[in-house]
Amino acid sequence: MFLRICHLYPDLMNIYGDRGNVIALQKRSQWRGIETEVIQATVGRSYDFRQFDIVFFGGAQDKEQKLVCADLQSASQELQTRQGDSLRMAVEDGAVVLGICGGYQLLGEYFRTGEGEVLPGLGIFDAYTVAGNRRMIGDVVVESPFFPGAPQKTLVGFENHSGQTFLRNGLQPIGRAVIGNGNNGQDRFEGAVYKNAFGSYLHGSLLPKNPWFADLLIERALERKYGDKVELASLEDDLEILAHDSASKRAATRPRLAT
Amino acid sequence: MRLLLAVWMGKLYMHLARAFHMGGGTSFPGILARKIEPATLRKLSLRLKQGAVMVTGTNGKTTTNKMLNNILKQVGISPIYNLSGANLPGGVTTAFLDHATLMGRPKSDLALLEIDEAAMPRVAADVVPRVVIVTNFFRDQLDRYGELDHTVALIRSALATLPASSTVLLNADDPLVSSLGKDLAAQVIYFGLEDARQEAGEKFQTADAKFCTNCGAEYSYSAVYYGHLGKYRCPRCGNARPDPQIYASSIEIEGMQRSRIHVVTPQKQFSLTLNLPALYNVYNALAAVGAALSLGIEVEAIRKGIESVSSAFGRMEKISIEGKEVVMALVKNPTGFNEVLHTLLSDKQPKKLMILINDNPADGEDVSWLWDVDFEMLAEPGIVESTVVSGIRAGDMAVRLKYAGADVGRLRIDGDFKSAFRSALAGVNPGETLYVLPTYTAMLDLRKFIHKMGYVKNFWEE
Ligand SMILES: [Zn+2]
Repeated sequence: MFLRICHLYPDLMNIYGDRGNVIALQKRSQWRGIETEVIQATVGRSYDFRQFDIVFFGGAQDKEQKLVCADLQSASQELQTRQGDSLRMAVEDGAVVLGICGGYQLLGEYFRTGEGEVLPGLGIFDAYTVAGNRRMIGDVVVESPFFPGAPQKTLVGFENHSGQTFLRNGLQPIGRAVIGNGNNGQDRFEGAVYKNAFGSYLHGSLLPKNPWFADLLIERALERKYGDKVELASLEDDLEILAHDSASKRAATRPRLAT
Repeated sequence: MRLLLAVWMGKLYMHLARAFHMGGGTSFPGILARKIEPATLRKLSLRLKQGAVMVTGTNGKTTTNKMLNNILKQVGISPIYNLSGANLPGGVTTAFLDHATLMGRPKSDLALLEIDEAAMPRVAADVVPRVVIVTNFFRDQLDRYGELDHTVALIRSALATLPASSTVLLNADDPLVSSLGKDLAAQVIYFGLEDARQEAGEKFQTADAKFCTNCGAEYSYSAVYYGHLGKYRCPRCGNARPDPQIYASSIEIEGMQRSRIHVVTPQKQFSLTLNLPALYNVYNALAAVGAALSLGIEVEAIRKGIESVSSAFGRMEKISIEGKEVVMALVKNPTGFNEVLHTLLSDKQPKKLMILINDNPADGEDVSWLWDVDFEMLAEPGIVESTVVSGIRAGDMAVRLKYAGADVGRLRIDGDFKSAFRSALAGVNPGETLYVLPTYTAMLDLRKFIHKMGYVKNFWEE
């Protein structure tokens, strides 16, 4: 079996070590004998994202996020659509997408910055983001229904954002932040899910210490590609579970300001 | 009168803190004095006959300051000097109190200050520096500073307040730093590298400074030294690296021990031996040269001062324990960690490593940065003999090494740094070296522990 992974704008959208997510997808595929190819997508070129099995979209600083936003809105001559539409069509087609932080925000409808500027998103998630007046920084533990068979049912990571994301019309979150702020610090939701597209605020990197999430993405990508129900071979995950549990413990014990 | 009271109270607290081994001795006296007299720092600094030198930026502050301190020693000046880490207004004020007489007069003519980037505007509002050095900007503890652009803006606002009599030394090779040179009243001097043999640096992965600070277009680089430092030019608006007035025209890196560089300045050129490895120390030396020249110090004293700063690699500490060498190098951000790894691996001898990762506020609470370090270089067969991983976030470090392709069978994980250090040491034969790479608070813990074990007293106080 073979997976084509697209790392969107790795030179622009790779802050807080998010490239670890791509490394995790690659390694956990390879360890099971699934070959991978990683394509680094850059600004100014056009891609038909339906040809990818997994697309990863990381976070960035404001300036870079604007450049990426402009690129996604730009027209692709070959495809006769905007870049962003190509990605949206891929999601409708069942492609697996993971957006973290800035990438997650751009998968929603729009991001209104602190200066009132509105950056249009792709509208894949029925969600919008507005800049808040405080930065939400710290460890996060999320309880999620997506991993019933995993050794832990939680996701752990580190959030660092001032944008507050709100889900609309019953859009499903990845889970509930039991520690930390999550999407907006108000409704305790963390992340968003539409078809096989996932968005989250968790850095860390997220996938290496939440290997059940990495495996869910790989599984869904293989099922879309090969049509059958996929049962992934289990891996020795002692170190990953150790990292997960110690992050989770750290989150619970770290002194934090009342929110 | 309030000033005297502030000085006395601050000094009193300092003495008590020392006598009773209370914490907070490096910054609380200053904070206390500032409560009594908010202008304590301003008033004391106005009494400096030769003014103040400030060093800020992400990496290299401490080493640059140490070089300058050694240069000043050559000409008989012992400056007011803040301890590394005490680089916020409270810590800076404490340093001034420590060097003040009971009548509120500084005992030194000059202050040599390491300033936290975020604190620059506040400190510069109190102390008008004669010389400012900005070393570089890398992503470092972002959870503390917010975004890099914000940090740059803070420094910019501090530099904008300086008069024409001040000198600002900027790294020409860092586009974020060099962008600070525009529209300043102060005199601007750039430093950088001009040795074509060093232009083979790896293209950077991260987006620290990829875009023109002027128009936002992507820079094109004709040379990369390391990270985003190099010869850059904006293809759209022409914004480009300024020609440095102080530069290294030839650099010979000799392994982990030293490098020999030829320095060109508007006044004179000279060669010096840097008893520190790696390119980032060449930048530190150039910055120190520039600052010392601005202070009117002769080349011979500059050369001697810089050559007297030594350590086997980076900000490294070395200790012998029962015939075994322990070499410790602080790691705090991806660029620094990569440099330490490159230096460590440069002689191709198999190494025994211990890595300690903490996530306390002083380390950065977010350990995501470990994924931006190129640990993949450790996966090359025969390069690492054994690795012990410890610290609060040992698990994260172990996973990073696993996904970098390291031999997990040779990895030992122990969250308790004391037993981890003991077992790492037990795995080293007499005559061999254990390389210890800790984050900041892990380093402090380990120092204390080694001290308690009874090895070499003042060793750490370099
Ligand atoms: Zn430009």
